[in-house]
Amino acid sequence: MRITQGTFSYLPDFTDEEITAQVRYALSNGWPLSVEFTDDPHPRNIYWEMWALPMFDLHDAAGVLMEVNACRTAYPNHYVRINAYDASPGRQTVALSFIVQRPAEEPGFRLDRHEGSNRQIMYRAHSYATERPSGERYRPS
Amino acid sequence: MSAPTPPARLGFGMNQRSPQSTIERTEQDNGQDNGQHPAGAESLLPSDAVVDLAALRGELGIDQVLTDVEQELVGLRQVKARLAELAALLVVDRVRERFGVRTQRPNLHMCFTGSPGTGKTTVAMRMAVLLNRLGYLRRGHLVSVTRDDLVGQYVGHTAPKTREVIKRAMGGLLFIDEAYYLYRVDNERDYGQESIEILLQVMENHRDDLVVVLAGYADRMDTFFRSNPGMASRIAHHIDFPDYSVDELTRIGDMMAAELGYAFAEETRVVFQDYLRLRRAQPRFANARSVRNAIERMRLRQAARLLEQKTVDYTDLRTLLPVDLQGSRVFQADVDDSGDRD
Repeated sequence: MRITQGTFSYLPDFTDEEITAQVRYALSNGWPLSVEFTDDPHPRNIYWEMWALPMFDLHDAAGVLMEVNACRTAYPNHYVRINAYDASPGRQTVALSFIVQRPAEEPGFRLDRHEGSNRQIMYRAHSYATERPSGERYRPS
Repeated sequence: MSAPTPPARLGFGMNQRSPQSTIERTEQDNGQDNGQHPAGAESLLPSDAVVDLAALRGELGIDQVLTDVEQELVGLRQVKARLAELAALLVVDRVRERFGVRTQRPNLHMCFTGSPGTGKTTVAMRMAVLLNRLGYLRRGHLVSVTRDDLVGQYVGHTAPKTREVIKRAMGGLLFIDEAYYLYRVDNERDYGQESIEILLQVMENHRDDLVVVLAGYADRMDTFFRSNPGMASRIAHHIDFPDYSVDELTRIGDMMAAELGYAFAEETRVVFQDYLRLRRAQPRFANARSVRNAIERMRLRQAARLLEQKTVDYTDLRTLLPVDLQGSRVFQADVDDSGDRD
């Protein structure tokens, strides 16, 4: 199941040229960018790991692409996304966020039902990927 | 929610790992190529065509760029010659492209050597703008750093620091002042070496994205290159900045004064040349920087002189008289070796 999230979730995955164009747009608005990665695909997992620090004072998209590629090399089977922050409202605000790498195979989710008191049903999305320990998920077996 | 295996998606470079998607990708690329190729083929020139170089020069604004440099920089014949060559290469590359000959971008990493105040930083700033106007750099900003900005304090600190600087310089020019401090001969565990290795990698892999300029004194730079042959071989342009002659320094002084809204009186210029001759013989002479300091001191003396008058007019305010310079300690017979002497 293809995970979608962020700004361009309805589009096919971007090529490097398209990523560069989006980064250029963010930089032209004065938004610093950061790269994050995770191997926990749950939709409620909003805390992805940071790949190095957010990048301030950049002028050109090539620097961001360099970090994206470094992160892809280090974590070839993780999700990687780019965030752009707009600080003009006076607080940290994500202006743009999109996935730039996903694992080759995404096993998806299972819906678990749990019957509680008074026959109340609780639902829970279980990610197949998280059945393996972090770091080993999505590794081609 | 079920978990079907999705069809391989196109897009990310990482998907190339799966052979299936690689094939799809290639096919798609080919398809795009076929769509675009006829248009590209039309604009290609036949091999017996003749191209009007003068018109192309005008179109790219090359002459404008070179005249600007000629007017704004005094002396520096070698620098100007190198710029003219780069500009020529750009024009020729454009023409070659029109005949269908594609060339890799030339290696533009440079090394500026010369005494203090010979204009290394100024030229680097100009160079960034010029390379941008000539189409070699995407943005043309200058990021000027020294050892402190690149090398960290503890293990693991250097790489992120260097990478951050490199990222900031992408699309522009990275100017590393006194680059030889990156390498400390006496300490082989110095973190500078790590920084040099990252720089080398970037100079090789990101040639289109940034131009690295190393600057410093000639002799120390030689030692630096001798202990880092990798660095030496990746730098194509070694440009030497010679010391200025007295005439050149006078012209620089004229331009600096004009920038500040002053002008030398005719007699001042003669005294200024005498001053430069004396000052050059003294230690710690820093070429254009010393000229700037001299002019700053002249401004101070002129202001003091003007305050003693009852009235002033526009000419008085603008003109630097010989008297303003003659107060300098350089002209005093008994110059001791301490203190500033500009």
